[in-house]
Order: sequence, then structure tokens, then C-alpha cells
Amino acid sequence: MTPRVGSATLALVVLGLPFASFLLLALVRPLRRSAPAAAGVSVAAILGSLLAALLTRGGAAARAPGQSPSTTWAWIPADGGPMATVGVMVDELSMAMLLLVALVSLLVQVYSWAYLHDEPRTSLGRYYAYHSLFAFSMLGLVLAPTFLQMFVFWELVGLCSYLLIGYWYDRPAAARAAVKAFWITKLGDLGFVAGIVMLWSATGTFDFWTLFQMGSQGTLPVVLLPPIMFLIYLGAVGKSAQFPLHVWLPDAMEGPTPVSALIHAATMVTAGVFLVTRTFPLFLLTPDLLTLIAWVGAFTALLAASMACVESDIKRVLAYSTVSQLGYMMAAAGAAAPEAGFLHLVAHGVFKALLFLGAGVVIHVFHTNDVFRMGGLRGQPWIWVPFVVGTLALAGVWPLPGFFTKEAILAGVFDARLGVPFVMLSVAAFLTAFYMFRVVSLALFAPPHHAGHAHPHVPGTMIGVCVGLAALTLAMGLRQAFGGDHHAIGGPGWLPWFSLALAGGGILLALAMYQWRSIDAARVARALGPLAWMARRRYGLDGLFAGLYRHGLLTMARLVGWIDRYLVDGVLNVLSAWTLQAGDGLRRLQTGQPQDYVYGVALGTLLLFVLAQWGLR
Amino acid sequence: MPLGAYLTLAALVFAIGLFGVLTRRNAVGILLGIELMLNAVNINLVAFGRFHADLAGVMFTLFTIAITVAEVAVGLAIVIVIFRVRRTVDADHLDLLRG
Repeated sequence: MTPRVGSATLALVVLGLPFASFLLLALVRPLRRSAPAAAGVSVAAILGSLLAALLTRGGAAARAPGQSPSTTWAWIPADGGPMATVGVMVDELSMAMLLLVALVSLLVQVYSWAYLHDEPRTSLGRYYAYHSLFAFSMLGLVLAPTFLQMFVFWELVGLCSYLLIGYWYDRPAAARAAVKAFWITKLGDLGFVAGIVMLWSATGTFDFWTLFQMGSQGTLPVVLLPPIMFLIYLGAVGKSAQFPLHVWLPDAMEGPTPVSALIHAATMVTAGVFLVTRTFPLFLLTPDLLTLIAWVGAFTALLAASMACVESDIKRVLAYSTVSQLGYMMAAAGAAAPEAGFLHLVAHGVFKALLFLGAGVVIHVFHTNDVFRMGGLRGQPWIWVPFVVGTLALAGVWPLPGFFTKEAILAGVFDARLGVPFVMLSVAAFLTAFYMFRVVSLALFAPPHHAGHAHPHVPGTMIGVCVGLAALTLAMGLRQAFGGDHHAIGGPGWLPWFSLALAGGGILLALAMYQWRSIDAARVARALGPLAWMARRRYGLDGLFAGLYRHGLLTMARLVGWIDRYLVDGVLNVLSAWTLQAGDGLRRLQTGQPQDYVYGVALGTLLLFVLAQWGLR
Repeated sequence: MPLGAYLTLAALVFAIGLFGVLTRRNAVGILLGIELMLNAVNINLVAFGRFHADLAGVMFTLFTIAITVAEVAVGLAIVIVIFRVRRTVDADHLDLLRG
């Protein structure tokens, strides 16, 4: 028991430090207004968090099998035991995620200091306050042992995402993107909260561990479970940008690049995948839903990859790539191989953060997001080497982590006999390698667009963080390549070669088109005419949502307005008109002459007299 | 004389008074009508007191007379004030409360 209590306390420290930092920055104005102090507090807190997370990990391993990993306290009191509990769940899953979140948060916060150097110093405190709040919320989400607690933190990270996308709130595009991200994820969250409440009313508990126990004993309601889990999955669809709710993520790139790296690539958007992985024992009871998850995931992966191929904004390419990789992770979960998806989540968190931060360096150099206006960085190995390492990892080249995790996912999907999703994922893997090397060729190695504009002096902090992440990526890959846990991956023997061939093919095609110029890119685009045309217009999905909003919602608002004006108000107006008329008629009875009133009194008395005498007998 | 005779007299006096109140146009006439109605009540009280051999009826009559006097004093004062303001005491023209 001792190590468990210890690890729970440590987990609370992990949570408490960023929260304390947030409170300090939010409440103490002089601290918030002085940039170095604010950054110092925030970075120190997340560093402490990371160390505590490392220590917690040691305690988590000491758990006996079958013992609950959750330490909970009563929250909402009710008759016969608390209605809801709060606590921390310390197991392998939450520990891996905890480390990822704390590490990437720390690196991004350090990187931000250099990246946002030209910002007004007084607004940096706000930035770091949001970052602290985000770290707290995300760590809380990861540690949550109950659906309800997870939902609370789930909404908190959504709020932080909104705040940080809209960090430059004076830019209309950023403000609009923030609102769009908030609304679209809320669509999914509606399903999530409805699912949680339904699950609670069916089982009477929010607690993951209790629900898993009920699931293994077969005491969960069989009929209600599929719709409930579908609703919960909807929350994951919104948060993890699955088709058709993926439209917010590319727009979220209006936020500062480090924010995109942290929230919209490495951590928050993976919360949906984390949710499915965390509650996988429950999803396992609904096999039809798992198939749906796999199909949607694979389709998302393919769709987003195709859109990334025609995008010219470097951050949007990475955003679509994130959507695509999230589709991969979801497909893995749907193919009943959530551990493969989770490994991909962790690896992706590291190398996608690296890619975004590398993109931040490139954007810093060129002051533009357009890949066609970059290039000529061949002489700057400190800039391009980490980026290329990240790209290779994403493309899935041996011995980088993307290779192993992607292969594991493909193997899982293959073993689950999901033929079409397997093909979609394979094509997506090919496209991933293609569009990433398209970016590499155009942004890094192409002949410089106009030389005078660039200023290749990059702060050492930014380079340092990128190199650190690249080294971490390499280390993770090498550990998997030579660490001997490769045997866990199933699938047929040709799969590694197949996935390597997909990556290599994509890379070669991209280099041929954009580096060596041996294939004319314009001719390829013409050959794929309708497809390219549609991909460039994002398959009309953004327009669809905007149209739904503009026409559907506004039409409904008009209808409701009409009902209010003419039905609800109409009834009242008619009633009041009748009342006025009746009053006008009755007014004439009041002659103001005392004798008429006396007449009334006399007649009334007479009437009462007559009634008393005969009528009432 | 039987009780019925007194009660009939009282009813007649009350009816005459009510008729006066309803038909008179002059405010003083209306006040006179009210006096008649009150006196009909007094007749009733005295008659019942007599037939029940109870002095309470007579006692009440004394109170009623006193109150009637006060009422007439106040009523006449009001009529005089109305006359001063409106230069008339005709009930047809006193219709400030008309709706």
C-alpha cells in the first residue's frame, strides 16, 4: 500500500504545481506584467511537475495485479455513499501520458520564451498563465479516474485551447478560429456528457475501475451500452478532430506556433484517443462501434493526408498531418489494438512537437507560413537536421519511432481483417511521406525565393529545444529497434517491408517532383484534376459547416423568432385587446352618480332577499 | 297592536325613504330620504324591544338617533361645501366619478 499512497500524493503534486503557478500568475498582477518572472514561475512549476511525474512512475510499477490503480476521495455527497468521487489513477497508461505532457509542456514553454521575444512584454504573463492552466488541465485529464472528473478537465483543456488559439485576439482570423474550435469541439462534447450521464443512470458510477470490473463480470446493461459508448466516442471525435468534426484543427493554427505544437499536435488533440484507450475495456464490449471507429479513423487519415498534399501553409500541412495521424491512432483503437495506437500517440507527440517547433524556426527565419516563399536553408544544418529527423519519423522510416508504431497499427488493422481501412491507411502512409517531403523540399532545400528577406539568425533556445526533441525521437526509435520489444508487433512478415516501401515511395515521388524537378508537379495536379480541385477546397466540408451555421442555424433562429413574435406574443396581444374592449364596455356602468349606485345596492339586496326566501331552498 | 303592524309601518317608511333617495335630484332631499330610512330602522328596533320586553332595543335607538344627528351634520356640511364649489347641489351634475 505504501508506494501507492506515495504515488497518489506525488500525482497530486504533479497536478498542484501548474495550478499554483496559474493562480499566482492570474491573481498577482505585478508578476503577470513582468515577463521574465512570469515565465520563470511557469517553467519552474512544469519542471517540478515533470520531476514529480518521473518519481510517480516509480511508484506506479509497484501495483499488485487486480488492484485498483485509482486513489479516490468523496466529492458529491449523497445518501448511501458519495455520488461522485475525485482522485488520481496511477497506472502505466497515465504515467506514459503524464511524462509526455509534462515534457512537451516544459520544452514548449522554454521555446516560447525565445519565439515570442518580440511580443509586448506585459502580455507574456497572460500567455504563461494560460500555459500553466493548460498543463494543469491536461495532467488532470490524464490522471482522472472517473468519467466526471475527466469531463471537467476535458472542458478545461478545451477552454485553454480556445484562449491560446485566440492569444492574438486582435486578429480577426485568430478570434474566429478560436470560436470555431470551441464550437465544433462542443458539438462532440454534447455527446460526451450525454453519454456519461446515461452511463451513470444505468450503472450508478462514474469510476473507470468499477466500470471495468462490471464489464468483466458482465453486469453492464447490454442494450444501452452501444448508444452510450457511441455518444462518448462523439466527444473523442470532436476533440481528436475525426471526420467530420476535423474542420477546426487546421484553423487552430492561427494561434502561436508553440501553442500549435503543444495543444494541437502533441497533447490536447490526442485526448480523444486517450479517452478511447483509457475506456477501451468498455469499447471492447461494443464490437460494431469499434468497427465504425476503425473506418472513421482510416477515412480521416486518408482525407486529411490528401488535403495536406495541396496545402501551401506549412503549419496547415502539419495540422492536416496531425488529423491524419489521429485517424491512425483511432483506427488502431477500432482494430482492437489500442496499445499500438497509444504508442503512436506518444511517439507522435514527440516528433510532431519537434516538427511544429522546427516549423516555428523556419517561420521565424522567413516571416511567412507559405512554403513556396521559403527555401535555401541547406547551409543551416542546425535548422534542417532536426526537422528532417521529425519528418522521417512521421513518414515512418526505420529506425525512427514512427516506423514501428505505424507498422504496429497496420498490423493491428490487418489482423482485425479490416480490408478497406487497411488500404486507406496504406495510401495515407504513402501520402504522409509524400507531403512531408514536399514541405522539406520546398521549405528547406529549394532555391531561395528572395534572399534578402530572410534572417537566419535563430535564438539558441529554439534550436536547442528542437535538437533535444530530435535526439529524443532518435533515442525512442533506437530503443524500439534494438530494445528487443519488437516481437510484440503481429501481422504478416512482409508488413515491415511493405510499410517501408510506402514511405520510400512517397519520399521518392516528393523528391522527384519538388527537389529534382524530374516530374512536373503542375502536370500531376492536372492529371488528378477533380481530386486536387476538391482537396484544395477541403472537400467542401468547411463550407458545409459554415453553411449549416449560416443557413441552418439562422433559419431556425428566424423560425423561433416568428413563433415568438406571432404565436406566443400573438396570444398575449389578443388577450390584452379583449381585456381592453371589455373594460371599455364595462366603463359605461360607472356613471359617477350616487343614486345609480344606490339602485345597484337596492336591487342587489332585493335579489339576495328573493334568493334567500325562495331560490336557495 | 300586533308586531306586524309596526313592521309594516317601518317597511313603508323605509320604502318611502329609499324612493326619495333614488328619485330626488337635490342633495338635501337625498339626505332627508336617508333620514327616513334610518327612522324606519328605529321603529323596528323599538317595536322588537317592546315585544321582547328588552330595553336593549330602545338603547340602540338612542345611539342610532345620536349617530343620525352626527351624520346629518356632516352630510349637510358636505352639501354646503359642494354648493360653494360647484354652485349647485343637483345630483345629476355631481358625476366626478363617471367612468
